[in-house]
Amino acid sequence: MLRILIAAVTLLATPLLAQEDVVVDLSQNRVDITATFAGSNIFVFGAVKREAPLPEGTGPLDVAIVIEGPLETVTVRKKEKKLGIWVNSDSVEVHEAPSFFTIATTRPLEDMLTEGDRRDYAIGLDFAVRPQGPTQGDVESFAEAVSRIRQDEGLYSQREEIVNLTEDTLFEADIRLPANLVEGDYNVRIYLVRDKNIVSDASVGIEVRKAGLEAWLYNLSREYALLYGLLSIFVALAAGYGASEAFRRLKR
Amino acid sequence: MQIYLPIAEVSVNMFVLLGLGGLVGMLSGIFGVGGGFLMTPILIMIGIPPAVAVATEANQIVASSFSGVLAHFKRKTVDIKMGLILMLGGLVGATLGVQIFKYLKSIGQVELLVTLSYVVFLGLVGGMMFVESLNAIRRSGKPGALPKKKKHNWIHGLPFKTRFRTSGLYISVIPPIVVGVAVGILAAIMGVGGGFIMVPAMIYMLGMPTKVVVGTSLFQIIFVTAYTTLSHAMQNYTVDGILAVLLILGGVIGAQIGTRIGVKLKAEQLRILLAAMVLLMCGKLALDLLLMPSELFSIGTGGH
Repeated sequence: MLRILIAAVTLLATPLLAQEDVVVDLSQNRVDITATFAGSNIFVFGAVKREAPLPEGTGPLDVAIVIEGPLETVTVRKKEKKLGIWVNSDSVEVHEAPSFFTIATTRPLEDMLTEGDRRDYAIGLDFAVRPQGPTQGDVESFAEAVSRIRQDEGLYSQREEIVNLTEDTLFEADIRLPANLVEGDYNVRIYLVRDKNIVSDASVGIEVRKAGLEAWLYNLSREYALLYGLLSIFVALAAGYGASEAFRRLKR
Repeated sequence: MQIYLPIAEVSVNMFVLLGLGGLVGMLSGIFGVGGGFLMTPILIMIGIPPAVAVATEANQIVASSFSGVLAHFKRKTVDIKMGLILMLGGLVGATLGVQIFKYLKSIGQVELLVTLSYVVFLGLVGGMMFVESLNAIRRSGKPGALPKKKKHNWIHGLPFKTRFRTSGLYISVIPPIVVGVAVGILAAIMGVGGGFIMVPAMIYMLGMPTKVVVGTSLFQIIFVTAYTTLSHAMQNYTVDGILAVLLILGGVIGAQIGTRIGVKLKAEQLRILLAAMVLLMCGKLALDLLLMPSELFSIGTGGH
């Protein structure tokens, strides 16, 4: 009885589309930022699970993968010419700006999804930064600036047609994380798209953490600031003395 | 080889930092200046956040000054008494400077203040030194035209006089303290030791003999920059240990080479070279303020 009920509900929920589910995994769920960290590659792979064969006349399947860093509030400042020199004048707080944003797809985004869906699900560079609340003044141009500056720094990117989809079932993508990554809980979102509709989605987390010496120094500087400061001075004095002595002996 | 800096949170080339440290260290050894006025703007140019550049540079100057001062101690060209008085003023100034830095950072004007201070001070000091050393060189060309005797100016009328044996001076402690405070403020704000202001101030305002100026300047810079490092580390969390070690490593070696080159150069040559360098950096920074930047927007972290 219960089983029939569940089946009925499932059928009602997706009356037209054939049931397709995405199953996904990553090559790693953790990225360690060590002293020699020079970026990392994340291999995203998955499959499409189907309960029944597809009806005739359905469009091609597409996949979009979004990797996003933690959302943060940033203060964006704009320079203006005052008294002949360029100085920071207006500033706007932009909320919900991810520290990192990259998107990989099977096809150009505009062909895959409607603008409404791209905006609602934050799929695409133009929707990476999501200013919230009442739009005060010129927030739009400040939000665009965040996206533009971070694209220049390699933190925001969009790479179309780098997801390989095999037989409408298996997909994979090799996604590059740059060297100037910051710590935090990153989120990987995967969307299956058919006929400009999102038919299934999934998400997986990636933990990006400083490790080894990096983590030790960072924690020391925050938790034992006095000790860290003294240690910095001690290292400087020791290095200064060491160099002076070394050169004195070298001269003799 | 790329290396990730834990506090600055950027990845940079290790050899670029080592090389920069070496080059600036060498100049610091030659001229007796910390070299911070060159290093801090360069660090900002290669993408280190300004707050981290300023604080970490202070830490590097501790090392290069200490390395340099040891050589001067052996030659007995350090006026310790004068150095200690300058240092007292310097500590007061640095305390003020870190507070000013903190406040301006919160209202987003720290970059402007740093650049403006650089342009004004580098321009003034560089220009003055340039003219002065040109005159000195011209005078030395004409035989018999001796430099003027020491002027007896208003500085000699101030109270609290004391004798500085190493410098051969008998002057009030007020001018050294005032110079110390002013340089201390600049040290904290600009991420410099302040040698490029201290050295001319000692020569032209306090009338110290050129041979003790460099050693004494380095001596007091050690204390002021060590104090600045500590303040920035505790209040702004902006001292990057790995960045500092790389700059120091290049810097101390460079400073040793520089000190030896400095001994071989004549005082006038030294001064005109330093003046030219100071003016060059000043011009570069002035252009940054005057020309329209290619990106009008900038991102600062955190809200209020």
